[in-house]
Amino acid sequence: MSTKYSKSAAFAATLAAAALFLSACAGTTETEEPAEGGEALSGAIVIDGSSTVAPNTEVAAELFQEVQPDVQVSVGVSGTGGGFEKFCNGETDISEASRQIKDDEVAACEANGIEFVELGIANDGLAVVVNADNDWATCLTVDEISSMWRAEGAVTNWADVRAGFPSHEILLYGPGTDSGTFDFFTEEINGESGSINPAYSDIGEDDNAAVLGVQGAIGNTAFIPLSFVDAAGDSIRAVEIENESGDCVAPSLDTVLTGDYNPLGRQLFLYPSADALQKPQVLAFLEFYVTNQAAIAETAGFIPLNADQEAEALDRLNSLL
Amino acid sequence: MSNTSGRTRVAVNATQSSTIRLDKVGIDIRGELFRAVLLLSIMLGVVMLATLLIFVAVRGGDRLDLNLFTQMPSSINVDTSGFLPAIVGTTYVMLGVLVTIVPLGVSAAIYLEEYADRDKWYNRIIEVNIQNLAAVPSIVFGILGLAFIVRGPLNLGFVAFAGSLTLAMMVLPTVIIAAREAIRGVPPTLRDASLGLGATKWQTTWRQVLPLSVPGIVTGTILAMSRAIGETAPLLLVGATTFVRFLPESAFEGAYSAIPVQIYQWAVRPQDEFRVLAAAGALVLVALLLVMNSFAIWLRARSRKEI
Repeated sequence: MSTKYSKSAAFAATLAAAALFLSACAGTTETEEPAEGGEALSGAIVIDGSSTVAPNTEVAAELFQEVQPDVQVSVGVSGTGGGFEKFCNGETDISEASRQIKDDEVAACEANGIEFVELGIANDGLAVVVNADNDWATCLTVDEISSMWRAEGAVTNWADVRAGFPSHEILLYGPGTDSGTFDFFTEEINGESGSINPAYSDIGEDDNAAVLGVQGAIGNTAFIPLSFVDAAGDSIRAVEIENESGDCVAPSLDTVLTGDYNPLGRQLFLYPSADALQKPQVLAFLEFYVTNQAAIAETAGFIPLNADQEAEALDRLNSLL
Repeated sequence: MSNTSGRTRVAVNATQSSTIRLDKVGIDIRGELFRAVLLLSIMLGVVMLATLLIFVAVRGGDRLDLNLFTQMPSSINVDTSGFLPAIVGTTYVMLGVLVTIVPLGVSAAIYLEEYADRDKWYNRIIEVNIQNLAAVPSIVFGILGLAFIVRGPLNLGFVAFAGSLTLAMMVLPTVIIAAREAIRGVPPTLRDASLGLGATKWQTTWRQVLPLSVPGIVTGTILAMSRAIGETAPLLLVGATTFVRFLPESAFEGAYSAIPVQIYQWAVRPQDEFRVLAAAGALVLVALLLVMNSFAIWLRARSRKEI
């Protein structure tokens, strides 16, 4: 049908544009007409959700608009939970999430007849950070981290975390409950999403506040996205975490990519709705985003998808075309 | 009766003694002390404001250029990134607030001062509730706006005018209270004279009372607008986005951003260049506020002259 045709024409255009953008990949066998041959798209794309994913999507949107200047992409930061609330109410085209969608959110979407697809779009590591003067916590196990963060019976002194640690009071800093980072951390460390030591300091959506908190005293600790660790310099230190195979692994681009940094390495997701996928500009944007994910992640300071994840995202995308 | 005259005598004595002291010593210690306390109070406010302004000026000074006013936000070219859509968005939102709060606020104030019978219980309830509304946290207005203006009965969607109405609800008490004070300040003799000459209540209110109240109403409006322009939390709830690279189509259509929301989003980024940009944005906001208030003050001075 004609809509089908215009869609594929749009993809050809974006693909060609993507090829132009990735100038490193010169010499592709693209024989179709470049951008002028495709149709210029217009319309709006409303994106909302995780403030962690937003910087990456903003870069994607900006690059996409160089190709399709008439498409109006807006990116909001309601948080992963707040984003799904609007998404399942049919108010946004794409929801960004720093964790997978929860069962109750799926139910809320179903109740409103909103169908969706999940696309992995980048990787991110969650770092447990300590004060720069803390010289004892080099590698922690998940159980040890949980002993500080669990909802009940949490220890308040480093001496109780592991025998041999010096006696220093522990103060905890972490993001608020609307944050996907919060959900992800509590799920992986405490075994239950949302279960947390009530004594922790809630820094809302401002991870820099957690950095300041950890700088404040020798015993302080927090969990923040890896990108904030790099920017904070030497004032704080990310601890190594003992992974499933018993190795101590520091968070880095490589260890997150390979999956060795577990369980706190995570994927970041996009959730386009089925209705939005009917709009050619949304499909074109997703195509652009996934095919250029490596370049976008690098520009935005994120960790790209690994080969397997990229193949999976492309598969999902192709099934939508 | 003897009590009253006793008090009067004390007052007279006190005045005399203080005059005498002034004559003798040349310094009124209590008066000087009072003056010092007053000066300290105003200094505290000024010093806090100055500290804040100097801090953002130092932090954002390097990025203070025309690009801030003419460029779209950019996550790629942070050095030339600007606030243009946010400035336009904030202008739309504030114009919406202005056209909402002035007629509503002034009408409410006229009703309460000129028409309402203060002995009636419902008028007293209205009065008390207006005072209480001024103390409600702004985020609550955001939730209210999301439920009733963006969704629900009005169903405007995530557009600039929905943000205007939400902020208008928040600052309306400020305008009402200031306008009431202004109306109350109009001498009753003026009303009596007007009515006595055969003018109707409407004519008296419209031609005598309101013109004299303009300076007070403008002051209240300045205070209200100044509070509204810096609000972030309610706007985030009613859909101000943090990243748009296009100008809003109108106040009733399409996505929009606002300066405080943009500042907030950049201030929480890990990269320092974004946080510098946020500081520069704070200066843009202050500049816009100054422009807005200068205009209002000019308007007030003009209306005073006419009187």
